[in-house]
Amino acid sequence: MLAAIRKNMPKDKVAYPRLPSFEVAGKDLKRTFEESLSKAGGKLFDIANKEEALQLFAELYPDAKVVCSATAEWTGNKSLEEVSAPGELENVDVAVIRARFGVAETGMVWLTEHELIVNSLAFLAQHLVILLDPDEISENMHTAYRRVDLQRADYGVFVMGPSATADVGAVLVRGAQGPRSLSLFFTKSL
Amino acid sequence: MSTTKVKVAENAAKFIQQDDIHEKLHDQNLWNVRMRRDTVASAIPEWEELRTLASRIKEHTLTHLDEYVLQFADNAEKRGIKVHWASTAEDHNRIVYEILASHQVKRLVKSKSMLQEECHMAPYLEKRGITLTETDLGERIQQLSGQDPSHIVMPAIHQTKEDIAKLFAEKIGTDPNKVDANYLTEAMRNNARPKFLEAEATMTGANFAIAETGSFVVCTNEGNADLGAAIAPLHIASIGIEKMVPKVEDMGVFIRLLSRSAVGTAATQYTSHFSGPRKGTEMHIILTDHGRSHRLGLEDFWSSLKCIRCGACMNTCPVYRRSGGLSYGATYSGPIGIILDPSYDEDKYSELPFHSSLCGSCTEVCPVRIDIAEQIVKWRKVMSAKKKLPVGLRLAFGVTGTVFKYPWVFRTAEAAGKWALKFAPDALIYNKTLNAWGRQRKLPEFADQTFRDWYLKNRNKEPKA
Ligand code: SF4
Repeated sequence: MLAAIRKNMPKDKVAYPRLPSFEVAGKDLKRTFEESLSKAGGKLFDIANKEEALQLFAELYPDAKVVCSATAEWTGNKSLEEVSAPGELENVDVAVIRARFGVAETGMVWLTEHELIVNSLAFLAQHLVILLDPDEISENMHTAYRRVDLQRADYGVFVMGPSATADVGAVLVRGAQGPRSLSLFFTKSL
Repeated sequence: MSTTKVKVAENAAKFIQQDDIHEKLHDQNLWNVRMRRDTVASAIPEWEELRTLASRIKEHTLTHLDEYVLQFADNAEKRGIKVHWASTAEDHNRIVYEILASHQVKRLVKSKSMLQEECHMAPYLEKRGITLTETDLGERIQQLSGQDPSHIVMPAIHQTKEDIAKLFAEKIGTDPNKVDANYLTEAMRNNARPKFLEAEATMTGANFAIAETGSFVVCTNEGNADLGAAIAPLHIASIGIEKMVPKVEDMGVFIRLLSRSAVGTAATQYTSHFSGPRKGTEMHIILTDHGRSHRLGLEDFWSSLKCIRCGACMNTCPVYRRSGGLSYGATYSGPIGIILDPSYDEDKYSELPFHSSLCGSCTEVCPVRIDIAEQIVKWRKVMSAKKKLPVGLRLAFGVTGTVFKYPWVFRTAEAAGKWALKFAPDALIYNKTLNAWGRQRKLPEFADQTFRDWYLKNRNKEPKA
């Protein structure tokens, strides 16, 4: 196969371009992030302390029976330590995960197996709560890709709001195969 | 594979004439997508520069493809991924089946992969006793309909909500009177969940493969690829060799362009990076050629390998929007299909290059700057030279012989939209309203003079061939 490629490769070689990062000085990263994530269907909240977070959580998810947290900052009622197979998370109503950083341009958060502990948590849960330090927002996709460390993570995902589809009659529906909603709590630590 | 010639114009006429609903909705839905693309693209000051960068990165990679494919394979293997090499579709399918069989896999969930479509993998595996479930909603609709995807990003876009309500009522027992996207999506979500949980293996494609780290990147809105990969103990990814990019930082450029071009969102809801198997599981990659190295050697057409499968050229194409994707009778439809399909089978797809108004809108929107319209003209030349034109088309396109001889004439033909109406054969002007080609299209500034006027006035001044 390599021989076939070599035989057919165009003779005129094209040089690799220099890639600018297109940063704009003075950009309000938190505000941009909020606008972007709202467009992608996420909801955002500024959280001052744990109490406020608990109260908001209770308001947002009054019917949640199974809450599973991947961060030591939050205690759910289903422990990831007891999970022996990823499918066991299928009954999770709300998952709480701390993201490493966010991306202002798109409203994405970066999650790897180190944040998720069990990868299926972010996809089987009906709803996601993402904790994000407002100082950990990268400006755009160029700056964001400098921060992802693919050497250190077998799996890493930029999550931009809840799962979505428009495959039935081109109508946007939030909550396709993955989470139906994503709430982002801005907090340095809880 | 059948080599019966695809009668694309005839098929398109059938799509239009079936009723007063399908073609209209199809046209409207895709045009809305195109408008959203324009809105988000124009909000980015460096958009045009990004397109140029994306094009350069891809051209650089393709002109050094042997190095990058090797580098990718080495790095993936270092991370514990098993790398397989498939020259043909048959190789690809056989390798997939061997891996599945050696793990006693009976139930497979898969996300969307155009390469697996190219290889006709699903029927191959089903014949061998594997229960295969498409997990992308659009692909699942198509699977249940027994049809190929009609669009590379929106596989079921030619079907109405009513069609889907009827289909789901028959196949998964939904209420046939409930024609509501939320209800239908929810029904399929609930139908698919157990399949994700039971599957012994998952398959994905890849949107990009990063040589520097051996990672592959999968973009979905539904999260179905991640769901499959997070649960099943075996993950097989089919990757075309043209998916390579050299470095992680290249992804910044491509992710900014991909979903904005495709559907007008900043990105897909999930941009997932797989760089190694989950603990206790296996990950396999099938690096597949299937005609790509051959295309790399075609001087006029190799740059079509830059394609990132965004579908923007389809959404903007006035002919595609009115024809429906199934009319092209191929894995790829619309403008990108016209330039890819003939490289697989010049006879079967000989009519495709004529199914275009040459308005050039595809070239304008392509995020990796493929000169799609010019390649369509070049394919016409190939077909004409090989006398592969049906007589009707040969006569009708006789006048465009000029265009074949002098590409600069084509480039000057800014009024191509109008030109198409005057010169295209009846088979192409099947619109019920003649002005529909340009109805909503952002037409380039028309010179007062139409191409026809210009042609008649200037034909004697043409340089001698
Ligand atoms: S040819 Fe360009 S516009 Fe068309 S699908 Fe490929 S990348 Fe997108």
